[in-house]
Amino acid sequence: MTNSDTQHRSVYIWVCEGTWRASVDAALSLAPAGARFTLLHVTSADVPDAARGAYAGLFGRGHRAGDDPGTRLEKMAANSARDLLEAAADRLGRRCERLEIQGRTERAVVAASADADLLVVARDGDQTRLGPKSLGKITRFVVDHAACPVLLVWPESAPDVATIPPPPHHPAPVLPGGST
Amino acid sequence: MGFQHRLLGGDALNAAVSETVSLIALLAVLAWAVVRPRGWPEAVAAVPAAVILIAAGAIPAGGAGAEARQLGPVIGFLAAILVLAHLCDDDGLFRACGGWMARTRAGQSESAGSRRLLAQVFVIAAVTTAVLSLDATVVLLTPVVFATAARLEVRARPHVYACTHLANSASLLLPVSNLTNLLAFGASGLAFGHFAALMAVPWLAAIGVEYVVFGRFFASDLNAGDPNVRPRRDRARADRDRDTGLPVFTVVVLALTLAGFAGASAAGINPAWAAFAGAVVLAARGLARRRVAPASLLRAADLPFLLFVLSLGILVKAVTDNGLGRALTPLLPGGTSLPALLAVAALAAVLANVCNNLPAVLVLLPLAAPSGAGAVLAVLLGVNIGPNLTYTGSLATLLWRRVLRHHGSSPDLGEFTRLGLLTVPAGLVIGVLALWAGLHALGG
Repeated sequence: MTNSDTQHRSVYIWVCEGTWRASVDAALSLAPAGARFTLLHVTSADVPDAARGAYAGLFGRGHRAGDDPGTRLEKMAANSARDLLEAAADRLGRRCERLEIQGRTERAVVAASADADLLVVARDGDQTRLGPKSLGKITRFVVDHAACPVLLVWPESAPDVATIPPPPHHPAPVLPGGST
Repeated sequence: MGFQHRLLGGDALNAAVSETVSLIALLAVLAWAVVRPRGWPEAVAAVPAAVILIAAGAIPAGGAGAEARQLGPVIGFLAAILVLAHLCDDDGLFRACGGWMARTRAGQSESAGSRRLLAQVFVIAAVTTAVLSLDATVVLLTPVVFATAARLEVRARPHVYACTHLANSASLLLPVSNLTNLLAFGASGLAFGHFAALMAVPWLAAIGVEYVVFGRFFASDLNAGDPNVRPRRDRARADRDRDTGLPVFTVVVLALTLAGFAGASAAGINPAWAAFAGAVVLAARGLARRRVAPASLLRAADLPFLLFVLSLGILVKAVTDNGLGRALTPLLPGGTSLPALLAVAALAAVLANVCNNLPAVLVLLPLAAPSGAGAVLAVLLGVNIGPNLTYTGSLATLLWRRVLRHHGSSPDLGEFTRLGLLTVPAGLVIGVLALWAGLHALGG
């Protein structure tokens, strides 16, 4: 690759609570020099909606707008997302774009990163053994559906290869026509 | 009246007309409460509806008066608890809880911290719901829990969902934990302490079921985290500076109020007076220090809500007395055998899910009361745990919200429902088993 090829590579870093440091660090050490970084965070409406639903379930309370915990959670979620992107930008220490999206997390990440040259994703499931459970449901969707190349990193050092269970014992397959 | 009866062709027809009119009035008020046109208070529909039923003779004035006399102390109790919770919030009790949760996490990894935070949220939400009612957990505690999760950089979803679930399932313990309990408390004929003793194990059992299910259901959210990092120091320090200490005076008053509930009830005095006394002490202190405005106290007491409860009680009484009671009686098994209690709790949970647990408990109480305190408490298990099947507490509210589609992205209904299907039936069965065992050990 020549220098000009790598200059404008766009690298998306999916910033998630809990795992964003590993993603930022992986992007710093593995992305090509001169890459354009985008920090991507998605705020899901689920959590404020859960609070709003619980408030709606309180029958007969008049439901004054100022009391709705969903509205307060929405504001706090926006602040928290801004803080998180700022912290990630600090750790990255490079010029970067910040992209804050509201919606269904897994679909928003896939859509936003569709034209990227690389999407950095951290595993967020079981960290103690190698295997499919090391990805949560949402992260699994992103890895399965991403339209761009994905860099999938462990948030800490990866578990030992020995954590993979031994293969099941099947009788050796009989090759068709083979006599040896 | 007797002359009119004969003109109309007898009592049967008159009762049928009264039942129809009452039922239409009740359904209209419930629909109003779900739809909330123009955001007007529910009392705007409920009070005139109750007045019309009394004026039309669908419920005799004496019957309505008796219902009002029975509901009056309950509503006073409710107002005192609402004000008490508001004053606790003003005194920084919930902020102090948030600060405690954040501080005790210091030095722990994010994943271990997230699980520990969940345990702390369970303890605080269960106690808040039990002592200050489910309203306090939903309105006052949930934002604090979200802020704490954000501050600790852990995913907020399991912790916020825990608040919404425990607001229902942890509202079993005390008569003050839920308006449904307050309504049933009188019908059960139990003393405050006896009520709490019978409900303590079902309460713990329901919370235990929630905790086990949450730990597995949200395993991925709780595990997400890098064990080698700490939240940024500068932010942690800024957050700590904002932390308030535990408001000791408020906690002491709250503890004395709780002791007062049991003491007053044992002495034959309405425990509402203890709640009233606690609220007066905190309000007087807040007003003297000019930290509380009189208007905010009146607002916290929520007069329209109190009027709504009173009117709803009269409307439901009109409907039950004119025929619905007789129609439902065969559906409700008598006695306090284990299968009977399970059936009562299941029926209560279903009815609560159709519309809401408030009308459900009003309908079921007079039917369950003759079978004794055990049946009344089984109704409470159903109407308090049941609403967790939908995240809005009832299908009617849920469907209306789907029709409105307030928000661009609709919540993941499947996830809420799966969580509800995992916790509600298990919580109901284990809760009823615990209640049944308690009834045998302590007596109903």
